[in-house]
Amino acid sequence: MKSMKPYIAVLRLRLLNGMQYRAAAFAGVATQFFWGFIYVMIFQAFYAQSQTNQPISLEELVTYLWLQQSFLAFIMLWFRDNELFDLITSGNIAYEWCRPIGIYEFWYSKLLAQRLSSALLRCFPILFIACLLPQAYRMTLPPTIQTFLLFCIALILGLLVLVAISMFIYISVFITLSPMGSLLVFGVIGEFFAGMVVPVPLMPSWLQKIVYIMPFHLTADFPFRVYSGHIPNGDAIQGIVIQLLWLIVLVVLGKVAFSQVMKKVIVQGG
Amino acid sequence: MKLYFNYLILLFKSQMQYKTSFWLLSIGQFLVPFSAFAGLYFLFERFGQIKGWDFYEVALCFAIIHMAFALSECFARGFDNFSSLVASGNFDRLLVRPRTTFIQVLGSKFEFTRVGRLLQSVIVLGWAVNNLSIDWNLIKLVTLLLMILSGVCIFTGIFILAATLCFWTIQGLEIVNIFTDGGREMAQYPLNIYQKWVTRFFTFVIPFGSVNYLPLLFLLGRAREHEILYMLTPLMGIVFLIPCLLVWLFGVRHYQSTGS
Repeated sequence: MKSMKPYIAVLRLRLLNGMQYRAAAFAGVATQFFWGFIYVMIFQAFYAQSQTNQPISLEELVTYLWLQQSFLAFIMLWFRDNELFDLITSGNIAYEWCRPIGIYEFWYSKLLAQRLSSALLRCFPILFIACLLPQAYRMTLPPTIQTFLLFCIALILGLLVLVAISMFIYISVFITLSPMGSLLVFGVIGEFFAGMVVPVPLMPSWLQKIVYIMPFHLTADFPFRVYSGHIPNGDAIQGIVIQLLWLIVLVVLGKVAFSQVMKKVIVQGG
Repeated sequence: MKLYFNYLILLFKSQMQYKTSFWLLSIGQFLVPFSAFAGLYFLFERFGQIKGWDFYEVALCFAIIHMAFALSECFARGFDNFSSLVASGNFDRLLVRPRTTFIQVLGSKFEFTRVGRLLQSVIVLGWAVNNLSIDWNLIKLVTLLLMILSGVCIFTGIFILAATLCFWTIQGLEIVNIFTDGGREMAQYPLNIYQKWVTRFFTFVIPFGSVNYLPLLFLLGRAREHEILYMLTPLMGIVFLIPCLLVWLFGVRHYQSTGS
């Protein structure tokens, strides 16, 4: 356990650092509200005249959308650390080698802290107000306390999976040397398969099959549907096991890929 | 104008120095609206219609707004990145040159990678028009072009307003994204599917309604009376640019250098 200490220190420092940007967080909250309203209205319009029963009720969907907005920092792949990109493209990566700690773990805790601090600042005001909105827009509470606990576990595991995925973006920058390009391609694909564009239950069934094979839906779609009770508790536990397996696979693969690119790294000048 | 084209050629050359980056970005820019469009398609596959609009009608709306957005991001990118110019104090350099600040900022950046986005919206537009039974005539064609032009003017106007704010705040404001990205996202659908207050705000304050809803009624032959009025509404978007420019000039006059 002793070897974890520096990473936890990094996590704490970054967390405190991220909490300083309160004005940015406030602006973020306002923006997220606007998006939330727009999405809710679009789906209300879609549901208004649909005769057939949809696989997810409007009420569950509204909750789903608000959760998306409040935990945006947990699920968006484009949420990035420009410092790390600069390290790679400018060649300052050489300094990172001098540190007596694993770079993969170091970056992982950095990225984790960044997302945590951003979400902690933003999620509570959004969740609080979303629960008080007029009926049509209101976010519902989870049906039982067990569901809520499962949601918390799923959300945290989802975040860990997401950071593991985002590490691959940074690894790919070693090869492409184009941070924005890598980010864009990863971001668009990841977000689509995480149900950010169309909620997963509303996708056609052939697409859902593809979504369930990939890890992206575990980060956003899965915890949010656990929350509203759309995924029953029994299945939720099964899903959490899958999350754990994916997390292990992604971290191991990430470490292997990372050490591969590090072997070939060309320090770009000085 | 000649100066502006010189700027463009220079920027194009510099961006082509990083070829992998250029292509990756272009592909990415193609993918972004593509995933949004795929989302639209799947939603219509499930629901069939939205408040009486069918898929191709909304696709037309989608294509026009995305095309306008891509074009204005191409051209007015300089205003989008303006905060860095003010924060670094480099805006002083523009002020001493014997040209208007407007054209210099406009020419300071040009995103050629937005071509990907543009291409995508052109394809969607073609597809939508092909599947809609509109009896085309000259007036309708002009209306379509006006809609796109009007959209470009509105987005550019918002970029300029956001840039002007930087004169006072130094920092760029994330909240402006509500009107650019948010406006784009919202205007993908005909405006009447939203609640009244949203519709009103985006018709009379920021005239997105005059790009995607009112002239669309005319194009689809849904406007019963005063057809000519519906046809001319895109002009509102062009008018929107005028106060934005005035605010810009006002901002330039009140500019205080950060001195760094």
